Amino acid sequence: MMPGAGSRRAVALHLAVIAVLFALNFILPEYHRGIFSRVMVLAVFAMGYNILFGYTGLLSLGHAMFFAAGLYGAGLPLYHLGWGVPESFVVGLACGVVLSAAVGVLALRTTGVAFMIVTMMFSQVFYLATLYFTTYTRGEEGLVLPQAARRVELGGVALDLTNPASRYMIALAMFSIVLLATLALVRAPFGRTLVAIRENEERMRMLGYDVFRAKLSAVILSGLFCAASGAAYALLFGYVGSGFASIQYSILPLLWVLLGGAATTLGPLIGTLFMFYVIDITSAYTSAYLLLVGVALILLILFFPRGLLGSIRERWLPWLP
Amino acid sequence: MAAVSVKAAVPLIETRGLTRDFGGLRAVNSVDFWLDGGEIRAIIGPNGAGKTTFVSLVCGRILPSSGAIRFDGRDITRLPAHKRVLAGIAYTFQITSIFPRLSVYDNVALSVQRRLLKSGRVHGAELDRGVRDVLGRVGLADRAATLAGNLAYGHQRLVEVAMGLALDPRLLILDEPTQGLSDGEIETFVGLVREIAKEATILLIEHNMHVVMELADRITVMNFGSVLAEGAPEEIRANEEVQRAYLGTGADG
Ligand SMILES: Nc1ncnc2c1ncn2[C@@H]1O[C@H](COP(=O)(O)OP(=O)(O)O)[C@@H](O)[C@H]1O
Ligand SMILES: [Mg+2]
Repeated sequence: MMPGAGSRRAVALHLAVIAVLFALNFILPEYHRGIFSRVMVLAVFAMGYNILFGYTGLLSLGHAMFFAAGLYGAGLPLYHLGWGVPESFVVGLACGVVLSAAVGVLALRTTGVAFMIVTMMFSQVFYLATLYFTTYTRGEEGLVLPQAARRVELGGVALDLTNPASRYMIALAMFSIVLLATLALVRAPFGRTLVAIRENEERMRMLGYDVFRAKLSAVILSGLFCAASGAAYALLFGYVGSGFASIQYSILPLLWVLLGGAATTLGPLIGTLFMFYVIDITSAYTSAYLLLVGVALILLILFFPRGLLGSIRERWLPWLP
Repeated sequence: MAAVSVKAAVPLIETRGLTRDFGGLRAVNSVDFWLDGGEIRAIIGPNGAGKTTFVSLVCGRILPSSGAIRFDGRDITRLPAHKRVLAGIAYTFQITSIFPRLSVYDNVALSVQRRLLKSGRVHGAELDRGVRDVLGRVGLADRAATLAGNLAYGHQRLVEVAMGLALDPRLLILDEPTQGLSDGEIETFVGLVREIAKEATILLIEHNMHVVMELADRITVMNFGSVLAEGAPEEIRANEEVQRAYLGTGADG
């Protein structure tokens, strides 16, 4: 990237977004604070998806498995083995890394439509596995993690994950870490490598880049972020169920990212937030709210084909990362 | 030029029985080829002769059906393309292959970044210096901020060359670099290649005989996947077989 003034502005913007989210904890009414907590956790899922889809140009239809790997990886040890919150969270992350590495090695032999189908099949296997091992997962019905287990002692401070304020702050902390990591990534040589692979893979190979390795790293990083989101979701909201491994949860991050703007750092947050509120508002008026959601999506894609932030970047703010 | 002097102990590129089939078509047929370091070698031949396929085998874009390739004495026959690039073989595409949605600067920066990554971390200032240096050499300094896809065709070819050059290669393969350039651009280009040849060995596929005669120390003529003749420019010009196959027929590529 050409050295320029955009970089300082970009950092300032990201810090400002984090500061606003921090302030909202004290301003938002309880109901909306709850929505924002969920949105921040799920935006991490979307940011993970964006690494692969937006920046690397690989469209996966199986990211539910990475989210669910984190969800179950954290939820099962806590529920069945009585493990603490930090250990469970780490197990969730580890599950995401291992699964994404394995899936990446196999699925990256394909590209385009084949890649979409292969990732979808893997995810479907994962989903069926959560149903098959009903003894441990209780399938669709799922597990409700006991409130008593969802507490952490961090440096002498006891955090109750069922408390809305701590929940919000933990969600914000994770969101901020992943957001700033993404910002750093896209400005680092590795991020530029991914974008260039998206733009012209053959040229990158002939510039001496190990394209397979870069793509595999992108899949694993993406899997890690998605698993972090899943693990946090389980621990913060206390529910682990098969529904999160279903195809719907592979489509959702794609929609969030498309809405907010693929290959923009803040797009995933905007897209997730937007979709939550469209559903929230429309469902208050009519039972056919999914129809309205569909119409809203179509209008948005018509007028903002690159997503909200993507279009803003294209028209007004070219420095947006 | 002392092109037919004593052969170096180890050639930069050596191929033995190099063959590549596409289905039933033998695009490259048992080619034995030898290129010394420091040379400018031109490969000429009619369209479909197998020139692009041959250099693609050398740079690893495609793998041979049989035969062997050595680079500086080392067997690279099965080495993946990206590792050959790191070893010092750069390839510029016949069909321009750049990053059209990135700026000219970013196109070249990807190449410089790859070179710097070889020796550890990439420092912003060093990257910037490397990019500006290469852009200056190919004459694109004032186009740095333009999207590569918005450049005129001749300038896109220069971006292609700049990316190869920025890798600081030992062997630079240029596949019909002057195709589609204006006469003025071709003159500039000839000067540029002479400049590059001071540091790198050059393997040049070229249809423009003026450019070939101007630049080449030696010429290899290919036809139907095989090497038809090889020699100094004067020898090739005088070779009857070559004239029949290529020069004399009025073929312009
Ligand atoms: N990828 C490919 N698949 C099938 N046939 C190919 C392929 N690449 C080249 N060929 C064929 O191999 C022959 C040599 O092509 P090429 O090496 O491009 O020739 P040149 O560069 O000398 O014009 C041609 O007949 C061409 O059609
Ligand atoms: Mg060719």
